[in-house]
Amino acid sequence: MVLKAFFPTCCTSADSGLLVGRWVPEQSSAVVLAVVHFPFIPVQVKELLAQVQQASQVSVAVLGTWCHRRQETEESLGHFLEGLGALFSHEPWLQLCRERGSKSWSCKATRRQGPAPLAPVCEDQVMLVFYDQRKVLLSRLHPPAALPERQAGDATASAGGLAAVFDTVARSEVLFQSDRFDEGPVRLTHWQSEGVEASILVELAKRAAGPICLLLACLLSLISAASACRVLRPWPLSFIWSKLSTCEQLRHRLDQLTLVVSTHRAGGPTQLMRKANTLVSVLLDMALGLLLLSWLHRKDRFAQLAEALVPVADRVAEELQHLLQWLMGAPAGLKMNRALDQVLGRFFLYHIHLWISYIHLMSPFIEHILWHLGLSACLGLTVALSILSDIVSLLTFHIYCFYVYGARLYCLKIHGLSSLWRLFRGKKWNVLRQRVDSCSYDLDQLFIGTLLFTILIFLLPTTALYYLVFTLLRLLVVTVQGLVHLLVDLINSLPLYSLGLRLCRPYRLAAGVKFRVLEREAGRPLRLLMQINPLPFGHVVRIYRLPSCGCHPKHSWGSLCRKLFFGELIYPWRQRGDKQD
Amino acid sequence: MAGPGAGEQAMEDERSFSDICGGRLALHRRYYSPYCLEFCLSCPRISLRSLTAVTCTVWLAAYGLFTLCENSMILSAAIFITLLGLLGYLHFVKIDHETLLIIDSLGIQMTSSYASGKESTTFIEMGKVKDVIINEAIYMQKVIYYLCILLKDPVEPHGISQVVPIFQADIMKFRQIKNCLLSSCFPHFTGWAVGLVRDHSQQSPVRPELAPLQAHTCAVQLPRVVGERARLHMDAAPLIRLLHSP
Repeated sequence: MVLKAFFPTCCTSADSGLLVGRWVPEQSSAVVLAVVHFPFIPVQVKELLAQVQQASQVSVAVLGTWCHRRQETEESLGHFLEGLGALFSHEPWLQLCRERGSKSWSCKATRRQGPAPLAPVCEDQVMLVFYDQRKVLLSRLHPPAALPERQAGDATASAGGLAAVFDTVARSEVLFQSDRFDEGPVRLTHWQSEGVEASILVELAKRAAGPICLLLACLLSLISAASACRVLRPWPLSFIWSKLSTCEQLRHRLDQLTLVVSTHRAGGPTQLMRKANTLVSVLLDMALGLLLLSWLHRKDRFAQLAEALVPVADRVAEELQHLLQWLMGAPAGLKMNRALDQVLGRFFLYHIHLWISYIHLMSPFIEHILWHLGLSACLGLTVALSILSDIVSLLTFHIYCFYVYGARLYCLKIHGLSSLWRLFRGKKWNVLRQRVDSCSYDLDQLFIGTLLFTILIFLLPTTALYYLVFTLLRLLVVTVQGLVHLLVDLINSLPLYSLGLRLCRPYRLAAGVKFRVLEREAGRPLRLLMQINPLPFGHVVRIYRLPSCGCHPKHSWGSLCRKLFFGELIYPWRQRGDKQD
Repeated sequence: MAGPGAGEQAMEDERSFSDICGGRLALHRRYYSPYCLEFCLSCPRISLRSLTAVTCTVWLAAYGLFTLCENSMILSAAIFITLLGLLGYLHFVKIDHETLLIIDSLGIQMTSSYASGKESTTFIEMGKVKDVIINEAIYMQKVIYYLCILLKDPVEPHGISQVVPIFQADIMKFRQIKNCLLSSCFPHFTGWAVGLVRDHSQQSPVRPELAPLQAHTCAVQLPRVVGERARLHMDAAPLIRLLHSP
């Protein structure tokens, strides 16, 4: 195999010295981490390498020599460097050389073919690959396919080619701690040799994070204890809490915040990203909520909303009444059964009358209620949207009731019809065997059965029409609520920190690498530049997506149509496995 | 022709072919060193005729709508749509040229450059490559051949996890694949046989795309030694065999 020498770009202008790094024999590649400059004492260099090896579990060694000469005629340096090969023995021994001011490089890799010091040496072909040390250190490789669990554990041992390079650089951080202003015994050149990178803001934030997290964690534990107390347990209240999507959203946010301010250290880079994503998402949510609040307060919108709410509810009720009057007449030219029509129509009209009275009773208090609910928008835009969804479902409660009545009636009718149809044909449903069996009925059973069957079948169009109308209305309301929930879900689960990182620091999230062939000169080794290939945005969202409430419709279109046809009640979303009424 | 010795300059070569739809392709070969090769395939450019035709159709339709509705917003909307559509097409769909860079014992890199300058790169490490073969697919009424790389399955040592077609944007005619790509690496490549690989997932009449295969349903497990088949298998993987000499 061709020998690959990974050389950091920060060392290309460094003075002559020794190459320090890791040799990976399986891929025949030498990863150069730093350059040790003259003057140095070999014993101290060996001590330093032993320390680094112990601290980082990376087998760092002296790989060869680096020569950055001014002219061609610095022979003494050349011989001196060759002599170093005897001091630090390493197979193969790398000799990289560059002429100052020009782009011509030369490299040689020699290997002794026998144990004796005078054994013949053979040269390997060398290929230079330049890499940006800082970017490789900070980036995180995302393998394209998810490895099965049993392989993930020993991934470090059998890391494929480039993952080994990334791994080596990432784990050798302790080697990069000393810069050239330190008074240590050994002078190194690496990406941090001009000064260790740090930021005052980050350091201050780290110091302040401890006490703040502790405080917030206490506060949140108090809140969760209060919400789990026995006062809120009894049946009517717990039933209401499980229905309202606001409570669901608040609970979800509480869980997320507890995770963020927990004082445990993050388990790994995935956990860290998740914490960061959650924090940014919560902050953005609150910022949007405050924006909404300020907009609502600006022109006294609460009063306008409250004033508009009651007339809107009245208008909806009026439209429903018109609809029922139309159904009670001859809708779309169809002829309904007069008696059933009148009964159903009057029943639903009375319901609407009750509902309107209820709304009018509540109207003086609506503004205050809205104002107090609007305050909760400072907890986040998602909470405000959940409240909106709850208000919509409360205001359209009568439509929901009508749908349930219509569906139950229709369902009863369909079941009755199917059973009487079987009787009509002389068959029966065998509950024990779960199949249709033949059965001999008495004459009076057959007579009554046939009568009931005809009655039901002639009343079917009326019931079916009421059912159809109210189902459509209910589906409309469900669609509106579904859109609101979709928006809430989006805000909850979008990994904004990861997307921001991908936008501003694309090398941090790497899908792989890409190579570029640099200028080639005859007789010189091949030089390649290794750059980081960033992860596409779609993959970033897919990998770092936050878990959401899981309020997605669980039915396929086929099962939905089937349920609609048979009159079974449909529940568009289930929240965390709670059963709805 | 054999590759030049180590002392010569990078060798460049250019030839022109035609793809399955009749457009002109240009293959540009560069030989950097004994273990580094680059093939660059340039696709036919966007033709003025088709661009004019699409623009005229869209604008005529908009004008027709305008005479019906008397709303001038339709015309501005049509211009907007044409511009956005053209930009989107150039940035996301139209590939200008594709490059295949093969580096010994590192891997294979495929780059697609779009007409707007965007480049998307994929790098496959040599350790993951199982083989390079010529695969056939049925596209509408004809059979087309394309070069593709087989990737190893991490779970099963003899299985295949993915089939990656090289040069997705242009499908060259088979003879050209044989002549230029393979013979430049392996001078004594002579015979060829059709139908080495039957890949059931590629039967649908669409452009061949990345198709994840189950290891046990793929028929590309080492082909039986039957006359020409074995010869093609040995001859069709010179790209990797030559470069991967231990």
